[in-house]
Amino acid sequence: MNKREGRLAKQNKLRQLLLSSPYVLWSIGFIILPLVMVVYYGLTSRDGGGFTLENLKLIWEPTHRATLILSVQLSVISTILCLLIAYPLALALRSLRLKSNGFVILLFMLPMWMNFLLRTIAWQNILEKNGVINMLLSAVGLPKLNIINTPTAIVLGMVYDFLPFMIIPIYNVLSKIGDDVIQAAADLGANYFQILWRVILPLSKPGIVSGLTMVFVPSLTTFVISDILGGGNILLIGKVIEQKFKMANDWNAGCGLSLVLMVFIFICMAIVQKYDKDSEGTSVW
Amino acid sequence: MVKRLIQKGYIGLVIVFLYAPILVLMVLSFNGSKYRSKWGGFTFKWYHELLENEKILNALWTTLLLALLSALLATMLGTLAAVAMNRMKKLPKAIMMSITNIPILNSEIVIGISMMLLYFAISFSLGFTSVLLALTAAHMPYVILNVLPKLRQTSRSTYEAALDLGASPVFAFFKIVLPDIFPGVLSGFMLAFTLALDDFVITHFTKDAKVSTLSTVIYAETRRGIEPEIYALSTIMFTVVLVLLIVMNRMKASAAKKLAEQQK
Repeated sequence: MNKREGRLAKQNKLRQLLLSSPYVLWSIGFIILPLVMVVYYGLTSRDGGGFTLENLKLIWEPTHRATLILSVQLSVISTILCLLIAYPLALALRSLRLKSNGFVILLFMLPMWMNFLLRTIAWQNILEKNGVINMLLSAVGLPKLNIINTPTAIVLGMVYDFLPFMIIPIYNVLSKIGDDVIQAAADLGANYFQILWRVILPLSKPGIVSGLTMVFVPSLTTFVISDILGGGNILLIGKVIEQKFKMANDWNAGCGLSLVLMVFIFICMAIVQKYDKDSEGTSVW
Repeated sequence: MVKRLIQKGYIGLVIVFLYAPILVLMVLSFNGSKYRSKWGGFTFKWYHELLENEKILNALWTTLLLALLSALLATMLGTLAAVAMNRMKKLPKAIMMSITNIPILNSEIVIGISMMLLYFAISFSLGFTSVLLALTAAHMPYVILNVLPKLRQTSRSTYEAALDLGASPVFAFFKIVLPDIFPGVLSGFMLAFTLALDDFVITHFTKDAKVSTLSTVIYAETRRGIEPEIYALSTIMFTVVLVLLIVMNRMKASAAKKLAEQQK
């Protein structure tokens, strides 16, 4: 009997190994190893391949530093704007009391079926000198706005493209908060703002955190939005990296700058991990 | 009452914001002028010319194929991975969970660059397969995160009962576990497909000159002006998806109604 149990346990172990190994191997090959390559290129010199910190120091060059600062500024602004737009929206959606989350997620995912480059290009039409907004403004006799090819246009593009990534995680968390919790707070004498500040907000923290990172990281690293709405004269750090690979063919410099960006990304990951312990990442989507 | 009106108005406002560019693109697909910023009268011309534009149709085919194959691969491997992770002990599970989160939190440009460097290091030539694998790797974590919560909700005892009754583990998985987790698998697949369809950055870094998707064609044309046929194609794609979703929703609703009547 004991022998048989031992064999069964062994069999189970083998089965688990067989089941786990494909993904473990896959993630080593396609997640870990590629990142190791970035670190390797980022820390070696272009000619010869010895260890060097030169590629990392590139970020301190005045032009690169200014680019990084501008990128951080614009992405922080658009992340905050996304939060300010998405949170009241998620609250309003919650109060509709829909039976399933499916509809809301669909509504905000559907635009993705139109290519995002095209949708960003469409903003040129809306924002440009003789575009939709200025046409409307002059129709009611207001002065024209000059938004296109400014940092404002880039921020608008970022908010537009990444807003769904803020809405969905926050809505997912809010829709799971039970009415009884809120009623309990109300019964104990809390007014609307106290309920919002001391009950709903703390409970929705995981959604907010994952929304913040889902917007901040792509905004920080985009090169497409600034290409299209910045008119090519506003350089963001993502564009600098892209040019190092596609134009200058200096992979080591590109990887060095990517490593600097990855520091920001890792900080975000650490924050998410901290808040994500019990939900095991499900709040991301 | 007023509060409700404000809430609904606000939701409407955000929806207008999100769908306004789509409306602009739809209008542009009927624009008689070749130039984006000039209105040249209403026309169906671009829809006719789309059928003869081989470059765009090829790009569409490649895009759909890449999205479908990468989503299928990501779904199969991701579901397997989720099943394996669900059974892991605490520490290995936590480690794998962190690794799974990397592609989600990482930026697309770093994913694209890192995959390109990997291909270069193992002298794997860039092309369709390299893009396919990169997209699969980037989107598999979304499948895993959609399947894992469903797996946690399924009861292990039903699966074990099937084993006791003589089912093989594989048979029991397809008969017992898969139907339970299927909603998660499906939404993971849809997410992976949508993300792959819309991808530009990862494709941009892992393709060679021969592969072109809709995104890469559009990006190449942003400076000198988009061919209006692309607006026509996107309008068709968007409308098809919209109609499909509405039909599916109707079908679901009527099926639910029927079921309710039967239960009466």
